[in-house]
Amino acid sequence: MSTTRRTILIASGATLATPNIAPAQEAPGVTATEIRIGSTNSLSGPASAYSVISTCLTAMFRRLNDEGGVAGRRINFTVYDDAYSPPRTLEQTRRLVEQDRVAFLFNQLGTPTNNAVHRYVNQRRVPHLFLATGADKWANPREFPWTIGWQPSYRVEAQIYAKHILETRPNARIALLYQNDDFGRDYLNGVRDVLGPRFDSMVRTATNEATDPTVDSQIVQLQASGADVLVCGVIPRFAAQAIRRVHEIGWRPMMFMTNVSVSVGAVMEPAGKERGVGLITSDYRKDQSDPAWANDPGMNEWRGFMQRFVPGGDLTDNNFTYGYGVGTTMIQVLRQCGNDFSRENVMRQAANIAPMDVATLLPGIKVQTQPNNFNVIRQMQLQRWDGSGWVRFGNVIEGANV
Amino acid sequence: MDGFAHQLIAGIATGGIYASVALALVMIYQATHHVNFAQGEMATLSTFIALTMIQAGLPYWVAFFATLVVSFIIGALVERILMRPVQNAPVLTHVGVFIGMLLIISNATGWVFGHTTKAFPTPFQSDGLLFGGLVSAHELGSTAVTLAVLILVYLFFAHTSLGLAMRAAAYNPRSARLVGIRVGWMLALGWGLAAAIGSVAGMMVAPAVFLDPNMMLGILLYAFAGALLGGIDNPAGAVGGGFAVGVLENLAGAYVVGTELKLTVALVIIIGVLVVRPSGLFGRVVFSRV
Amino acid sequence: MKPLLIAAGLALALLPIWALESFHLFQLTLAVIMALAVLGLNIVTGYNGQISLGHGAFFAVGAYATAIPMSLLDWSFWATLPVSAIVCGVVGWGVGFPALRLGGLYLALTTFALAVAVPQILKHKAVEAWTGGVQGLFLLKPEAPAWLALSPDQYMYLVALLVAGLCYLLTANLLRGRIGRAMMAVRDNPTAAEAMGMDLASLKTRTFAVSAIITGMAGSLSAAVVEFVAPDSFTFILSISLFVGMVVGGVGSILGSVFGGLFVLFVPNLAEAISRSAPGVIYGAILILFLFILPDGVAGLVRRFTTKKRIIPGRETS
Repeated sequence: MSTTRRTILIASGATLATPNIAPAQEAPGVTATEIRIGSTNSLSGPASAYSVISTCLTAMFRRLNDEGGVAGRRINFTVYDDAYSPPRTLEQTRRLVEQDRVAFLFNQLGTPTNNAVHRYVNQRRVPHLFLATGADKWANPREFPWTIGWQPSYRVEAQIYAKHILETRPNARIALLYQNDDFGRDYLNGVRDVLGPRFDSMVRTATNEATDPTVDSQIVQLQASGADVLVCGVIPRFAAQAIRRVHEIGWRPMMFMTNVSVSVGAVMEPAGKERGVGLITSDYRKDQSDPAWANDPGMNEWRGFMQRFVPGGDLTDNNFTYGYGVGTTMIQVLRQCGNDFSRENVMRQAANIAPMDVATLLPGIKVQTQPNNFNVIRQMQLQRWDGSGWVRFGNVIEGANV
Repeated sequence: MDGFAHQLIAGIATGGIYASVALALVMIYQATHHVNFAQGEMATLSTFIALTMIQAGLPYWVAFFATLVVSFIIGALVERILMRPVQNAPVLTHVGVFIGMLLIISNATGWVFGHTTKAFPTPFQSDGLLFGGLVSAHELGSTAVTLAVLILVYLFFAHTSLGLAMRAAAYNPRSARLVGIRVGWMLALGWGLAAAIGSVAGMMVAPAVFLDPNMMLGILLYAFAGALLGGIDNPAGAVGGGFAVGVLENLAGAYVVGTELKLTVALVIIIGVLVVRPSGLFGRVVFSRV
Repeated sequence: MKPLLIAAGLALALLPIWALESFHLFQLTLAVIMALAVLGLNIVTGYNGQISLGHGAFFAVGAYATAIPMSLLDWSFWATLPVSAIVCGVVGWGVGFPALRLGGLYLALTTFALAVAVPQILKHKAVEAWTGGVQGLFLLKPEAPAWLALSPDQYMYLVALLVAGLCYLLTANLLRGRIGRAMMAVRDNPTAAEAMGMDLASLKTRTFAVSAIITGMAGSLSAAVVEFVAPDSFTFILSISLFVGMVVGGVGSILGSVFGGLFVLFVPNLAEAISRSAPGVIYGAILILFLFILPDGVAGLVRRFTTKKRIIPGRETS
């Protein structure tokens, strides 16, 4: 029953699409009036918190189309749900590439999910651009020239923390709390990269599962290890719990928090603003609820966009500032393409972005690529919570030379 | 030793979370002989409703009781609208409907209320921890609330004719109908009460774990395990089971296998206990008639 | 009449190889795999009355039993199938033991716990060298022999169809025979079955083993088709999907399992086509409506049109 109904849907879709596949155009997914871009995200399932990134990107392309599109072409942005399941990501990606015939793929969500399509897109030579994941494997232009990430990797972030610890407290005893998945493991790897053989003597670890109700037990356990530094690689809910618990039990370690979980609205306020004083993170984005950016032109641009194009959006959700940054990068690449939207040229332009500022990124932090360097954002800056906002300190740190 | 005490207390606090949800499961089981897999999602929805009322300016306790009423109505409506049409279907079909409900409620909650982690207020405020830094006022308060609900549930089933009628309707609908019990309404009432108890659990859990649409996803499994461990037909047993699961899991994680396998080990132990005592530690052994 | 039906069925199953383009063939391959996994679940839950909410675990075991030798030891796909069957059989047999003592909800919890625990176990550092930990394992799908002149997608569909077809045939034979009748007797009235001299313990554990093997075969196929395995591919949601497939297809029905596989693969796409913002709501609603209309699944509908009256599993216990 469902099959026939589906076939009909597909058939009708195909007839509608036919006039658009103009024979004059060679590039797949590109016609005289349209560029088709595909993506997958977790619109349902446990990771659906990130689905707002797609909402944001869709709105950005709508704004672009309202302004006349790129080179006279409208952007047709299709996002399919993969429920964060790798086999389904492959299915949906193949649907985008083979059935919908998109020009390229943009900002697919998740590490395991992108893993499932990594080889497929590179074999097919489909640009696989600016992925929504902080794994460090995407910057490998030699082996996977069609895949490129965007945000600084979690591993580099953890390396920055470990460096900072060694500089300020060379004899630190480090406690590491990380989520038992690819995201959390990168913090383990990053700290290990820097400490090397000293890791085992200096570090005590505890993990949590995304399904755990609280991390109270882990915090108590880590405190009992006698550590004076705590590094956390956990998602926002557990970050808020950890900050609160550490404060409540009177533990006063030098505490580092992954920049995934430092939003004022989603973490610091729920945890209690005064409880997080002294917390350190390193970020590349401006936090929208930080009063320091209340009159910032870049953030005002973002706020104006949100007001007009995502009126119901949660303004404290930093997925929207992330989305705005990655969307800006994508639009820059499209503009750079001139009139040639072939896959080869899109990839070439994506690999040749001259250093540029983005409205929602911290001052001094650039988006850039070179053909032999696919680390799009390489810089971060340490910042400390002072009870009401994030205060940046030290220089902008270049990820590659930490 | 100090660390051990802390772990124990942390386990009891987490166990309290499981216990409160386990009570809702006992309620629905007593009333319908089913375990509603969407119970956790319904509780999360109730908690979001409560938060909306609080943000609209209602005092905490007004919002609390209003949420109880709203949740009761939602629960009863779910029974009337969603369960009634499959009343006579096989039990596995019911599970299918529960799964459908779970999908709908969890997706809809995220869609309507957003996915950002939110703080939920607690009526039991304190600065720092009590008793030498062992527990927070909220943990004490919410445990007291769970115990109060437990006593109410116990009194309801053991000492009211309505409770008896409800158990009869679940245990043997045909005979119950013959003695004049309106089985249909008993089911709706059971669903309503379970939803109301679930909403209490949600409102007590949310301040501790923070509120987001997936808040109950992991908790439900533990609560289910706790309820079965203690005995699903025994409210006190289920609460005890919930606490036991919390303590067991934390101690296993901290001292035995490390945090990476604590869930697995806790479950293995629970299943081991159940194999020895298939009706749970405090459950009634049921003999079947041939 | 019957050979004709079989021939028609075979033709219908083979037709897509040439009729469908790559992507749809790939989707259909996934549906065949899901149908096979649902069949495995149906054996233990539908025919033997032991509820399982954790068959995704066996699917995962099968997938890794194929992925590990293929990825690390360069085995051919076919050589991994017997290994996968043995591993899944042993694991299933082991899980069957608690099932001897536990019925209904308790078994549901046990199996569900298994589904939740499996990803955690796969990630553990003790087995990380084999399973690839959180990063998972990559492998290459088997290549079509040159004389077949088929594209990789066409060949993979054929492979899936072949393995699934064999499993379906074997299952149908098993269920039609003495063992199948014994399984159903245990489901419908365990006490009477035991009084008749049946060895309940060995029957139940073996049923679990067979069921795990079938679902594990589906896992093996899935690893080869997707060319990637990771713990995140096998969360408890997979187990729930299989369960849904069984219920909508019809509990205790072989053909129903085929429909179940199609349902769990294609209906989420349909739901998504209706609403991008809340596909889960639409999927859940379709599922519930479907169960309102066909509380006994598609197989129940078919049964209504056939005169043979059969006892529908689960009726008695509700």
